[in-house]
Formats: sequence, structure tokens, C-alpha cells
Amino acid sequence: MSRIAGLLIGPVLAAFVALGGAQPAAAAEGGQREPHAPSEGWSFDGFFGHFDRAELQRGFQIYKEVCSSCHAMKFVAIRTLSQPGGPGFSEPAVKSVASEFKVPAGPDEKDGSLVDDVGLLRQRPAVPSDHFVGPYANEYAARAANGGALPPDLSVIVKARHDGASYVYSLLQCYEEPPPEVQLQPGMHYNPCMAGGQIAMPAPLVADRVTYDDGTAATVEQMSKDVAAFLAWAAEPELEGRRKLGFMVLFYLGVLAILSYLAYRRVWRDTGH
Amino acid sequence: MAHQSEQQGHAAHESTYRTTGPFTEWLDKRLPILRFANDTMMSFPTPRNLNYWWTFGGILTFCLAVQIVTGIILAMHYTPNADLAFGSVERIMRDVNYGWLLRYTHAVGASMFFLAVYVHIFRGLYYGSYKAPREILWMLGVVILLLMMATAFMGYVLPWGQMSFWAATVITNFFTAFPVVGKFITEWLWGGFAVGNATLNRFFSLHYLLPFVIVGVVALHVWALHVPGNNNPTGLDVKGKQDTLPFHPYYTVKDGFALVLFTIVFAWFVFFAPNSLGHPDNYIPANPLVTPPHIVPEWYFLPFYAILRSIPDKLLGVIAMFGSIVVLFLIPWLDTSKVRSMRYRPMMQWFFLFFVAACGVLMWCGANPPEGNFVLYARLATSYYFAYFLIIMPLVGMIEQPRKMPESIAKPVLPGGGGAMPARASAAPQTKG
Repeated sequence: MSRIAGLLIGPVLAAFVALGGAQPAAAAEGGQREPHAPSEGWSFDGFFGHFDRAELQRGFQIYKEVCSSCHAMKFVAIRTLSQPGGPGFSEPAVKSVASEFKVPAGPDEKDGSLVDDVGLLRQRPAVPSDHFVGPYANEYAARAANGGALPPDLSVIVKARHDGASYVYSLLQCYEEPPPEVQLQPGMHYNPCMAGGQIAMPAPLVADRVTYDDGTAATVEQMSKDVAAFLAWAAEPELEGRRKLGFMVLFYLGVLAILSYLAYRRVWRDTGH
Repeated sequence: MAHQSEQQGHAAHESTYRTTGPFTEWLDKRLPILRFANDTMMSFPTPRNLNYWWTFGGILTFCLAVQIVTGIILAMHYTPNADLAFGSVERIMRDVNYGWLLRYTHAVGASMFFLAVYVHIFRGLYYGSYKAPREILWMLGVVILLLMMATAFMGYVLPWGQMSFWAATVITNFFTAFPVVGKFITEWLWGGFAVGNATLNRFFSLHYLLPFVIVGVVALHVWALHVPGNNNPTGLDVKGKQDTLPFHPYYTVKDGFALVLFTIVFAWFVFFAPNSLGHPDNYIPANPLVTPPHIVPEWYFLPFYAILRSIPDKLLGVIAMFGSIVVLFLIPWLDTSKVRSMRYRPMMQWFFLFFVAACGVLMWCGANPPEGNFVLYARLATSYYFAYFLIIMPLVGMIEQPRKMPESIAKPVLPGGGGAMPARASAAPQTKG
């Protein structure tokens, strides 16, 4: 009869698992286009997935040369570009990335002044331990420069959207001429991957927008894929280490399960139950 | 009366503790803590036929400990301020050593805690563990469930993402449904005229406090368990030594094995799908000016959310939602059956199956917008949810003919003890409280 109890709990667990599928479906109603992964899939998907270093480096180039002119990435420390499980830049390369940003310098060592000779806030070149510096001083400046729209911070954008990297990848390629029945709001662009079909960001990528060092052809598809992968890493820089530790934990627990089952059988061997 | 004193005789089982030397003897005369530990956790007589559904009590203790330990460490790094909270969580994820492990364990741990508690509750419902003499034990369990819900809700607010903020707004707005005083209660809860920094601060304070209240009620729950002893899959009372085994090593080793299996599922979520149980919108910083298109709670609140939305009137919806928990307090007296375990209740088994299915349907409806057929499904399932407790439980107990039951717990399992079962199921070996 405990079998029946097992059957009874089943539907709850099934519903519990099914929820994962139910939610993205709800987000994609109203003739909107479903995000899709690249045809070859993501290198970091699945149980054994890991980031492709070259892809992350190309993706960083897209972020730096295209996205970062409007989008901040304030939770990501520059040093993490050379951290294990990331794009794997060399430390000198990371230092040079950092030196292109300016950050508040804090009080002067001699007189404790926060401002320089002409009364502006003292600044210093960033170092790798600093975070990426956004293009705008604050939200008001960002909105003023973008027709009232706020370009979102990209630090965790992949975790903040259903379908994650596939969403970013699809959105960047989704721009097209609006169908005649669509009335675009002023300053908006037609993008059926976006909720509501209208987006303030103009199509950011055109073929050969950047020149890749490794000779990869900079098609829109390629650039979208690279930058989506880079943003997936930016959102989950711990991903590779997490899975590595996960395998060790599961292995340990698997052995422990076998041992504790044998202990259980041994303790109970002479009892009727 | 004779029956009751027999039960008490079983509960106050004789102490098996023996001191091991002069120190333990000295201690035993002053603070018999080792005797207490021995008699409650080692030699405690436990029915010999407990199945794996009974391992979830131990699993829940583990869940509570994990949440408290990870939570205390997270609180060392978290900043409860509306402007800084979201960023402090990202700092934990990126800059604190193994911060991602702490936070994902804590977040997934909440889901695992609810998964285990729901299995534990369904087990109690199926095997009649709420029936006399375990009414107080059951009601303390419902109190723990309520405290868990409050704690989980307030914990979900702390990262201060979009779902945090809007969940807090939706839930606290329930109180505005009450006439006259509703608005004052709500503003008092918020500490202002909207969910804001004051709300976040008090939620953090209470989120830290309530787990320790849960620990206290769990202690009462375990105390109330140790008076009558465990129920068991037959629902029969323990009649003597042949029906029980000492808790240690028999159930420590069985609970331990089940716990390892549970932690495998737990670890799989933490390491390989840590965000699959959460909502992506909670990685968008809270914004009072932008309402998410669909505000949905965490999966473990979805059935209650569906009950709330299935009733067109706000106040009645809120009452139904709270009522769906309150009704659990009453079931020891709503169930009229003389038989505890549904193993021997051929009709009630089916109603129970549909009850579990109704909870699944409510969860599914709660995850979807209240449109089209979901409204109908949610209303049907809500009706069944309440009918199960308020109509089916009292009625079926009166008309149902129970199956034949074994004479004792040991009879069917011990060699030589499995003689012919007497055909007197209706003679009610279990008396009602």
C-alpha cells in the first residue's frame, strides 16, 4: 500500500517539475517570437558544459567596442577577466583594460582634498580590482542620452531573462522592418523578440562592426553569439568552478549513499519489517 | 480508560540509560541530559514497520539546520538597505569566498525545505497521523508550516529584485482587504505608505528571528511526538515490545540513508540548476515604477496563490487563502473514521489521490495568468480542496467499510507471528479521541 502512497505523491512532483516549462511559455504569448539557441547549442549548456575561451574573448570585444557605449556592467570586477573559468585574458591585458577607465580617487594623500586644482572630483585610472565603469554618471544622464529609455546594466542580464543567453542571442538578430499594421512609438524600433515588439535600442550590430583578432568573420550571428556567451559568463562567473565542485560532491554523496545503504541492510538484516 | 493508561505506559518507557563512570553518575544526579538524550534519541521504542515516508522528519531537521547555518553566514555579508541590498547579494555571489555556494544552498534549500514538508504533511494525511492521540503534534506542525511560510516570504524579499518587491507589495496588500482597519494595518506593516526601506529592514529582522521561533516549535513538536510515540503505516497502536525497535541504530541508519538520497537531489539543484526554481525577474533590481507582467510567487506558494485568485472578491479570496491553512488545524476533529491509516480505507484512498491531484492543479493554475480555462480549473480545485476537509472527511468516515486490518504491527512481519488475520475490521482497534 505504500506503493499507492508513492503514486499519490507523484502528481505533485510532476507538477513541480512541469513548472519549469510552464513559465517561459507564459512569457511568450501574443505573437512574439520564441528565443532560440544557436544551431550548434551553447558550449556552456548541459552537465559537462564549459565556456569557450576564444568565444568569451570575442564577446568581450563586442561588449567593449559596441555595448559599453550605452550599457554598464557595474557588478563585474575587471580582474575577473583573468580569473579561472573566464575569458582567460593575461594579467597585463587586464591591466590595460582597467587603465582605460577613470574612477574616483578619494581624498588626496597630502591635504585630504577630494577635488583637484580646478575643483573637479579627483580621479585616477582604474586598476583590475575596480569594477567596470558605466558610460553614464547616473540614471538621469543615461535616460537623457537615450530618449528617455534606460539601457539596463548587463552584469546579470542573462540570469534576468527567460531563456538567458538564447534570449540575448535572438534579440540582437531579431530586428526587421515593422509590418504595416505595427505603429511604432517615437524613437522605438521593431523587434519581435522583445516583449511588445518594440525596443528603444537601435539594432546595435551590423556585419563587420568589429574586426576580430583571430580572423573570425564578424557576421551579425557570430557577434550575437559571442556577446551572449560573454554575458552568460559575466552573470555566472562561478559556473565552471560550481560544476567542478558539483561533480565531486555528487561523487562523494553517491559513495556515501552506497555505504549507508549497506549499513542499513546490515543493521536491519535480522529484523522482520 | 484502560486503553489510555496502556498508551501512557508505552510512552513513559523505562529508561535504559546506564552511567558509565563517576563523572556521568555525578552529572546524572544533577542534570540528566545524557539520560534524556539516550531515552529520546537512542533507545526510544519506534514502530518496526516505518517506511521511507517517515524519513522526512529527520530530513526536515536537516533542512532547518542548513537554512540557519547558511543564513547566519549570509547575514554577515548582506546589507538590508533598499539602495544596497541587490548589490550586496551580487557581492556575495562574486566576491565572498564560496558566497555563491552559500546563497544557492540557502535559496535552493528553501525549496527543498518545502518539498520535504509537503511530503511530510501528505504522509500525515494519508496515514492519519493527526488523529488521537496526536492532535497537538499535528497542530504544532501546522504552526511550523505557517512560520515557514512567513519566513520564506520575507527571505524572498531580501535580494530586493523585482519579484521580491512586487511579492512584498501583493502579499502585504492582502491586509487592505479587511474593512476599516485594513489600510492602517498595511501601513503599519510597511512602516510607511508603500513597500520601501523600512519594510526591507523589518523583514530582514524578522527573517532572522523566525527560524529560531521555528526551532522552539520544532522542539515542542518532537516532545509531542515522544509522548504517544510514532504513528506507523498500519495506524495501529503499539501493543508491546514485539512491535518496536530502538530508534538507534535502526532508524538512525534508515533516516541517514534517506537523507543522503535527499541531499543528492539538493546538491543537483545547487550545483547544476541553481536558478531553475526561482524567477528571472528577481535578477532585475526592484523598481516601484515598473510592474512585472506576471507577478508569481515561488513554486511552494502557487497553490495558495491560485486559491486566492479563484475567488472574485478580494476579502473572501484572502479569507479562503488563510482558511486553506486554518482548516488543517481542524482535521483531527473533522475526520470521523475510526481507522487511522488509509491502507485500510478503500474509499478515502481515492479521495486522497484526487486531493493530491487538486493540489497539483492549483499549483499549475497559480503559475499561469488567471485567464481562460485556468480560472475554471482553479475554482474546481479550490472547491475540492475545501470539500475534501469539510465534507468528504466527516462523511466518508461514517459510511466507509474499512478493510481487514492485521491484529498488531508485528503480526504480519515477524516469522511465526503471521497467523490468520481476524475478520473484525469494524471492531475498531483504534479508539477515537
